[in-house]
Amino acid sequence: MTAYLLRRTLLLVISLLLASSVLFLLLRLLPGDPANSLLSVGATPEQVAAARHEIGSDLPLPEQFASWIGRMATLDLGRSFISSLPVGPEIAGRLVVTAPLTILAFLLAVLISVPAGFVTAHRRGTWYGSLLGGVSQFGLAVPVFWVGMLLITVFALHLRLLPAGGFPADDWADPAAALTSLVLPVLTVSLVMSASLIRYVHSAALDVLGSDYLRTARALGSSFAGAIWRHGLRNAAVPVVSILGIELATTFLGAVVVENVFALPGLGSMLVKAFAQHDYPVIQGILVLSTFTVLLIGFLADVVQRLIDPRLRRTATGGPE
Amino acid sequence: MKSQMASLIGSGIALALALTACGAGGNGREGPASSTAESAPVIDIGSLYEPQNLDNVGGGGQGVIEALGGNVYEGLFRLTDDGTIENLLAADYKVSRDGLTYTFYLHEGVRFHSGDPLTGADVEYSLERIIDDGSTSPRKSALSVIKSIETPGTSTVVVKLSSRSISFVYNLSHVWIINDTVKEPATAEDGTGPYRLGTWKRGSSLCLDRFDGYWGAAPKNRQVVFHYFTDASALNNALLTGTVDLVTSEQSPDALAQFTGDPRYKVSEGRSTTKLLLAFNDREPPFDKVLVRKAVSSAIDDGKLLESIWDGHGSLIGSMVPPSDPWYEDLTEVNPYDVELARRQLAEAGYPEGFTFTLDTPNYDPHPTIATFVKSELAKVGITVDINTITADEWYTKVYQRHDFTATLQEHVNDRDIRWYGDPDFYWGYDNPQVATWIKQSEEASTLDGQTALLRKASRQIAEDAASDWLYLNPQIVVSTAGVSGYPVNGLNAQFYVYGIDKR
Repeated sequence: MTAYLLRRTLLLVISLLLASSVLFLLLRLLPGDPANSLLSVGATPEQVAAARHEIGSDLPLPEQFASWIGRMATLDLGRSFISSLPVGPEIAGRLVVTAPLTILAFLLAVLISVPAGFVTAHRRGTWYGSLLGGVSQFGLAVPVFWVGMLLITVFALHLRLLPAGGFPADDWADPAAALTSLVLPVLTVSLVMSASLIRYVHSAALDVLGSDYLRTARALGSSFAGAIWRHGLRNAAVPVVSILGIELATTFLGAVVVENVFALPGLGSMLVKAFAQHDYPVIQGILVLSTFTVLLIGFLADVVQRLIDPRLRRTATGGPE
Repeated sequence: MKSQMASLIGSGIALALALTACGAGGNGREGPASSTAESAPVIDIGSLYEPQNLDNVGGGGQGVIEALGGNVYEGLFRLTDDGTIENLLAADYKVSRDGLTYTFYLHEGVRFHSGDPLTGADVEYSLERIIDDGSTSPRKSALSVIKSIETPGTSTVVVKLSSRSISFVYNLSHVWIINDTVKEPATAEDGTGPYRLGTWKRGSSLCLDRFDGYWGAAPKNRQVVFHYFTDASALNNALLTGTVDLVTSEQSPDALAQFTGDPRYKVSEGRSTTKLLLAFNDREPPFDKVLVRKAVSSAIDDGKLLESIWDGHGSLIGSMVPPSDPWYEDLTEVNPYDVELARRQLAEAGYPEGFTFTLDTPNYDPHPTIATFVKSELAKVGITVDINTITADEWYTKVYQRHDFTATLQEHVNDRDIRWYGDPDFYWGYDNPQVATWIKQSEEASTLDGQTALLRKASRQIAEDAASDWLYLNPQIVVSTAGVSGYPVNGLNAQFYVYGIDKR
């Protein structure tokens, strides 16, 4: 396992470096000029040149690349072209919104979808099994912003129970206020996420329910619940964990829409704005962090799968540890 | 890498937690007052225009003027919401007989937020930032007439001009006086205004806290919080749910319907300076012909367009001059809506069957809708429009910088911007030496009447030449809850003075 972990970590670092380089180059291929965002109608060619010089976008590409990679090594993500502020702390400031949003939504989605997935698989014939299945089908077809707007209309505009959007200016200084403003966004993301998760859990559960080992366990006198608990969950968990990993990563990246609907100052809204302004240091910073997060989640999902299922450990490393 | 990233995240969370509260206590700001708090209210404002940074010279955008102009920073002069100019940091000034030397006397006892006293050196520093070689300020060209700046006493500034500039004092109202110790105005603030910058939670809100050492009259409120939105319906929801007290600029008549006629809200329509233009490339055929431009202008029913886009709000203008500019006159009859006239003009210009052209259309509202409208209007006189939708950034590069277009749609937001018709190198390429002369002479005029007379002539001439088609003037709509008063309704040049705002 140790050798595996080392190898996997090395792979993680190499992937991140490769991804960063590709990112840097792709961004430069985009049409448009970051200097434009610093100017307004009436700017002279000299002013355009001055703006380019100010932000360093007039330097040759290799030079820009070298300085960026060099700074990355010391974890300095550079300064925003537009606001002149260092990108690292800016991203960190947005993470206090996006990270709790993603994690809470993910946990809630797991809480909803794992039992619901088992129920739809086990109670296929019943009315509530079909209802859950139908609801998840519907959830798959509905765009996330629509769910958000629906929740706002009901809970904020009509019932006045929760805020329609925004986030406290003092972040988590008042945790209750911060949590309150996250309720609807978290619900939105988790509902949409559950819809697809239920289907994965459903099919994983079907495999388990029809398996020989479960029948054997029942035959040996185990109760249904006991058999599911001792054998079923563990077996169903392997494919589900890898799907969960992918879902978590998708949620993290997909926060963009939800953040706009709920006016949340998260990474997603920051990224959209940065793209519109060609604010390369900000875009790079967010994408590198996202790439790292996605790679890390994949890595963790792999490790967790191995911990759950000893068979994977043997096949991957060529023998028992 | 992993641990570094983790420490970044950790430090960020710590930093965020360490940030001081924006209000006295989250959402319950109006709750029990602490011993030092007063009865003055906190005003929550909703806006779509978040500043990009703190500097109006380096492209902070419209939002930085809205939030900081007149509130955090002050100029020598103030442009009031009515469009007149008042002394502000300049207690008085005099102009030499030849109009080339301006002497400004600063108010005594003015202090920056840092406590430094205001001196002539600060004024000199602030002016030089704008006219500097490396300056990216949009006001640079207007102020390049400055030849030298001297500070004979701590509170006297003498500015010499290379030629007469009757708009000089007016232009100075756009120049913020900042402390000359501030070397990075994009990230740090030190102004003389009634508010100092409080917490700025990027992407979300910006607080202005009343500055107790302010030299002038104290604001009516103790704090103003700008809440920023990227989505117009989220902005309106905030007003509907009481998160904000007012919205600085309502951008769609559909949203407005939620508030008009409801006694809980006040809707005010002020004078805007935002002109929606169908801009021709006057250098290239077929729009190098005056008759073709006139025909296109007459073939489009601007009134119907305004009705469909703004539902009765806004107004029609027949030239580049909005009613808030002193040289405004109604020129809508110069190129009236008249399809028959348009057909005759097209035939006379040699296009009896019409022609086809590409309309470069910015991809954000309301331009795509307008493009479709223009297309159907022009089809009536045989002109075929190919709509080419482009991003704002492409517009800037393709149309504005490279002049690579036939016709385009664009909003021009500033007041007094008729002067661009005096510049043949400007993107639309209008070149009438007579107009250029009038505009140049108007700036060198010795009296306001002289300036006004010349700019009226210029305005009429560009209308007669149909230099562009001025489709309509946007309305400027502020919506507030009923108990809020004292806010600017015109918001000229994107400024939004908040010190007079009170809340019952």
